[in-house]
Amino acid sequence: MKTMLNKMSVMALIALASALSLGATTTQAQEKTITLCWAAWDPANALVELSKDFTAQSKVKMKFEFVPWTNFADRMLNELNSKGKLCDLIIGDSQWIGGSAESGHYVKLNDFFAKEGIKMSDFAPATVTGYAEWPKNTPNYWALPAMADAVGWTYRKDWFGKPEIQAEFKKKYSRDLAPPKTWSEFKQVSEFFQGRMIDGKKVYGAYIFTERGSEGITMGVSNVLYPFGFQYQDPKKAYALDGFVNSAEAIKALEFYKALYKGSTPPGLTNAYMGEGLDAFKSGQVAMMMNWFAFFPGLDKDPNVGGAKIGYFANPSEKTKGVQLGGQGISVVSYSPNRSEALQYIKWFASPAVQKKWQAIGGSSAHNAVLKDAGYLQSAPYAAAFQDSMNMVVDFWAEPSYAQLMLAEQKRVHDFVVADKGTAKEALDALVADWKKIFKDDGKGK
Amino acid sequence: MSITSPLAKRLAQATPAPIAMRMRGLSDRWIAWIFVGPTMLLLLAINIFPLIWTIKLSFTNFRANRPNAEVSGVGIDNYVSVLTDPDIWAAMQTTAHFVFWTITLQTLIGFTLAYLIDRKFRGHGFWTTLILIPMMLSPAVVGNFWAFLYQPQTGLFNAVAAFLTGVSPSSFSMLGEVSLAPWAIIIVDTWMWTPYVMLICLAGLRSIPDYIYEAAEVDRASKWRQFWSVTLPMVLPFIMLAILFRGIENFKMFDMVNLLTSGGPGSTTEVASITLKREAFEKWRTGYSSAFAIILFVAVFGLANIYVKALNHIKSR
Repeated sequence: MKTMLNKMSVMALIALASALSLGATTTQAQEKTITLCWAAWDPANALVELSKDFTAQSKVKMKFEFVPWTNFADRMLNELNSKGKLCDLIIGDSQWIGGSAESGHYVKLNDFFAKEGIKMSDFAPATVTGYAEWPKNTPNYWALPAMADAVGWTYRKDWFGKPEIQAEFKKKYSRDLAPPKTWSEFKQVSEFFQGRMIDGKKVYGAYIFTERGSEGITMGVSNVLYPFGFQYQDPKKAYALDGFVNSAEAIKALEFYKALYKGSTPPGLTNAYMGEGLDAFKSGQVAMMMNWFAFFPGLDKDPNVGGAKIGYFANPSEKTKGVQLGGQGISVVSYSPNRSEALQYIKWFASPAVQKKWQAIGGSSAHNAVLKDAGYLQSAPYAAAFQDSMNMVVDFWAEPSYAQLMLAEQKRVHDFVVADKGTAKEALDALVADWKKIFKDDGKGK
Repeated sequence: MSITSPLAKRLAQATPAPIAMRMRGLSDRWIAWIFVGPTMLLLLAINIFPLIWTIKLSFTNFRANRPNAEVSGVGIDNYVSVLTDPDIWAAMQTTAHFVFWTITLQTLIGFTLAYLIDRKFRGHGFWTTLILIPMMLSPAVVGNFWAFLYQPQTGLFNAVAAFLTGVSPSSFSMLGEVSLAPWAIIIVDTWMWTPYVMLICLAGLRSIPDYIYEAAEVDRASKWRQFWSVTLPMVLPFIMLAILFRGIENFKMFDMVNLLTSGGPGSTTEVASITLKREAFEKWRTGYSSAFAIILFVAVFGLANIYVKALNHIKSR
């Protein structure tokens, strides 16, 4: 009997110890927190909401580090370069992928994708190439497409619909006033609205990006350069820039952007990017605004200019089609001490159900389950324009030296467009020289 | 001398022994080193070591954003590249233009204000406080605040200029036009830092003893003569000190330019510190930017030394 009691005591102790250790494990899992780093903007707020589901399901708590766009690259690239442990997950800009992959900042996800059955063919091809692959067009994945984005346009539908304005436009240009399909049409429409009095207020034609410090004017001018025929390099010979970056078409496009800046934009638009554009549009200053699609869900809900008052259109074409790709992929930071939880988040985020919810609450999914859904085009007033845009996106260089390449273009384009320095040809020739030097220093394009 | 009374003995026991006695075997010099040592170590760690490290990096091709890349020595290539880069020289010219005009305006206006404030008039304390307010504000606040004032359509600056000149307020953009943007920054810096120059000049003016003016009046010197022969020579070292402080400060000016124009339009207001920041933390050319930083350091240090010698020469006269 005594022996039996002893045995039972030992078993009870083992059971108690097991229960306690199980409890401790659960507590540990509950206490685990991972940090996701991104830019501070509307979709980031949506992601906070979405991630509550992840915490509820996994018991892993989420912390967020959001940095304003103008400092986002500086802050986050500093963090990565110093091998910081602040971010477990990062939604980094598409252009960072080359540098971050080559410097070992991101975890390569191929094995993880294969193990978890995550297929890149489930995502829009442009987003996979743009946000996940390095080297480009090779099956080496460093991110999961997280936020599909491109430059788009919104316009004041209520102004376009005014009978007296329509009549005047038709009389002047012998065609109906409608969202422009080509850049030539765009120029006519923007010049038509420039300085016009509407509802007792002076309004202007268009808002375009002109920001100097980070990437603004480059992200703006690209939407004219691509449709006019600009190419980053010879399609047959990598890093051969002459005659492509500074082609006759590119020169014409740069001159066109300057003409738009001079003749169709509000005064003082010399250093303006996303936020300033939203301010200009919301305050009823401009008829048409260039901005990222990511802002359109919020804009559509705006009590003053949203809803039925506005419409959306894809970037105008000219000789060909093209628009600047935006958006980001989500990556696991290789210095993170919480890699397994971060990967768990990626797995959760990649599921079609989560992607659908992400789209519904203000994010922008790149998943085919969303984009190819029968109801997608009716899901939002900008959905059709977005779908058109995603079929013609082009991205800036994603080389490890992308920042140098970007700053060189910022300087050359701003010098010509805003500061009236030199000619378009001189600006693009100088840009070719700058880029050649950067590639030469990197041992490329010899 | 022996301690005899019990009270004296208790007092002697309660009194702490001298430090040197407690730390037996340590000389005064060693004790001094123990006190100074931590500060010296801190200075070495945060000033001298980074300087030496920067000098070392300036002779390499190191890039902070490529930690895995091979770092190799490039001799004086970075220095040659910096000194032959036309963009660097353009930035240096912009900096020189900016330093010259801000110092000229701040000195002239600052000294004039100090001269006026020094006259004892009713409410001069209130006016002094009012004038000093701009320099007490944060540059970030001042930069954003002036960016609003310079807004062509809604900004107060354009509205006032339009009222005075009759031109349309939205017909010019202080921050967006090549000819106006440098002056927009000069105006803001002058607005903010003239009170600082005024304060130093005021200290100089108040340090002149009254008996010198009394003696000048006995000698029937006119007010103009008193100004040229007494006031200006005696306040000159203070003015030169103010110029030195403002010169060094404006040579490395970053915040205001970054907030107001980011170096634009184009590269019109791209001063040396903006270029340095772009090279170091945006383009990540660490070796190159280290060389540029050393060149800037040597230039400022050299010029400041020459200037201090001139200042000492004037003071010794």
